[in-house]
Amino acid sequence: MLVVITYDVSTISSNGSKRLRKVSKICQDYGIRVQNSVFECVVDSAQLRQLKYKLVETIDEKKDSLRIYRLGDNYKTKVEHIGTKGSIDVEGPLII
Amino acid sequence: MKKLLNTLFVTSPDVYLTLNGENIVVMKEKERIGRIPLHNLEAVYTFGYSGASPSLMGACAERSISLVFLTRNGRFLARVIGKSRGNVTLRKNQYRISEDENKSAEIARNFIVGKIYNNKWMLERATRDYPLRIDVQKFKDTSCHLSELLIQVRHTAKLDLLRGYEGQAAISYNEVFDQIILQQKEDFYFHRRSRRPPLDRVNAMLSFVYTLLSNDVAASLESVGLDAYVGFLHRDRPGRASLALDVMEELRGVYADRFVISLVNKKVVNKDDFFTKESGAVLMTDEARKKFLKHWQDRKQEKIKHPYIGEKISWGLVPYAQSMLLARYLRGDLDEYPPFLWK
Repeated sequence: MLVVITYDVSTISSNGSKRLRKVSKICQDYGIRVQNSVFECVVDSAQLRQLKYKLVETIDEKKDSLRIYRLGDNYKTKVEHIGTKGSIDVEGPLII
Repeated sequence: MKKLLNTLFVTSPDVYLTLNGENIVVMKEKERIGRIPLHNLEAVYTFGYSGASPSLMGACAERSISLVFLTRNGRFLARVIGKSRGNVTLRKNQYRISEDENKSAEIARNFIVGKIYNNKWMLERATRDYPLRIDVQKFKDTSCHLSELLIQVRHTAKLDLLRGYEGQAAISYNEVFDQIILQQKEDFYFHRRSRRPPLDRVNAMLSFVYTLLSNDVAASLESVGLDAYVGFLHRDRPGRASLALDVMEELRGVYADRFVISLVNKKVVNKDDFFTKESGAVLMTDEARKKFLKHWQDRKQEKIKHPYIGEKISWGLVPYAQSMLLARYLRGDLDEYPPFLWK
């Protein structure tokens, strides 16, 4: 299924930027960055649990926020992209 | 049934693959041109001069993602294989059976039954769909001949005889194969199979698709814990994945040949997609190869109902399903290896 993850990590303190980097790194392991703090991940439910666990461990729930959108298996009709930087479709033919 | 994951094809030369976290990163002249999470991948195929970092090879082996290196023309160079997976007892059983000519013949028989049956139904389909454009009588005769061979194969317990029947079946199938090509007749024809090098466009495509398919089959055999190099029909030869070739027999016609024909008949490829070298070898251009791979990927995603398991799976998982069934037979869970019978 496709899961969209967006986050806001408060970077007022230096601790914050550290968390931001960590969060982005975790997300990168599971999906593709489509905008600065937006990731699209094609994962199964076990992988999603792992991902969620890792993220919740990393963020500071008092200062940061995390949103997870589950778009299911038939997500292709649900996403529309306008403008620059189209993302890679990890389920379509991958030819580089 | 497991989910069919994606395959990454790297066709541009001079790119280097590296590992970053859980991602495969494609680098071109120190610039990142792509990054894909490893858990979305089933296999990585590279064509040409590209390389991969050792850490990526390790990561792929660990996750049993097959990493295959081919030349630009699709000839096989190397495959990264990790630790032997699965069951030693299973593999030992495989070796024992492959040593025993009679037992080997029992399995080999089913590969050939699958092959002849599938080819027969390809011809039957063609007679039904295009009765006005092919030589119906010839097709019917060939189909009858194949049916007779099928019966003989069922009652043979000798490997040499089996090979003989297989050869006969191949000859009569090849004789009519050219007629299934319905479009672009001047540019695409099939007179005989030629390889190393392929001498016409159809053979060029067949060689390429067989390479892709045999790698898929070898990878699925490894993933269920069998040794792709120890075959029953094909005997051992260093460097040859004999068992992969065995299992491939039944899929050649319905999976690979049919794919190539559909590309020609739907005019996806045309004569400008190929060039001839001085040696007479006919090769695909880089652009054509990309197009080819894209359609191959789409074909792998198409669903069919597996005749034996009865489940809906994608074409790309058929090699895996057959490997699984073969492993079950070798383990003694099935009385006979059920070939993939397509109709």
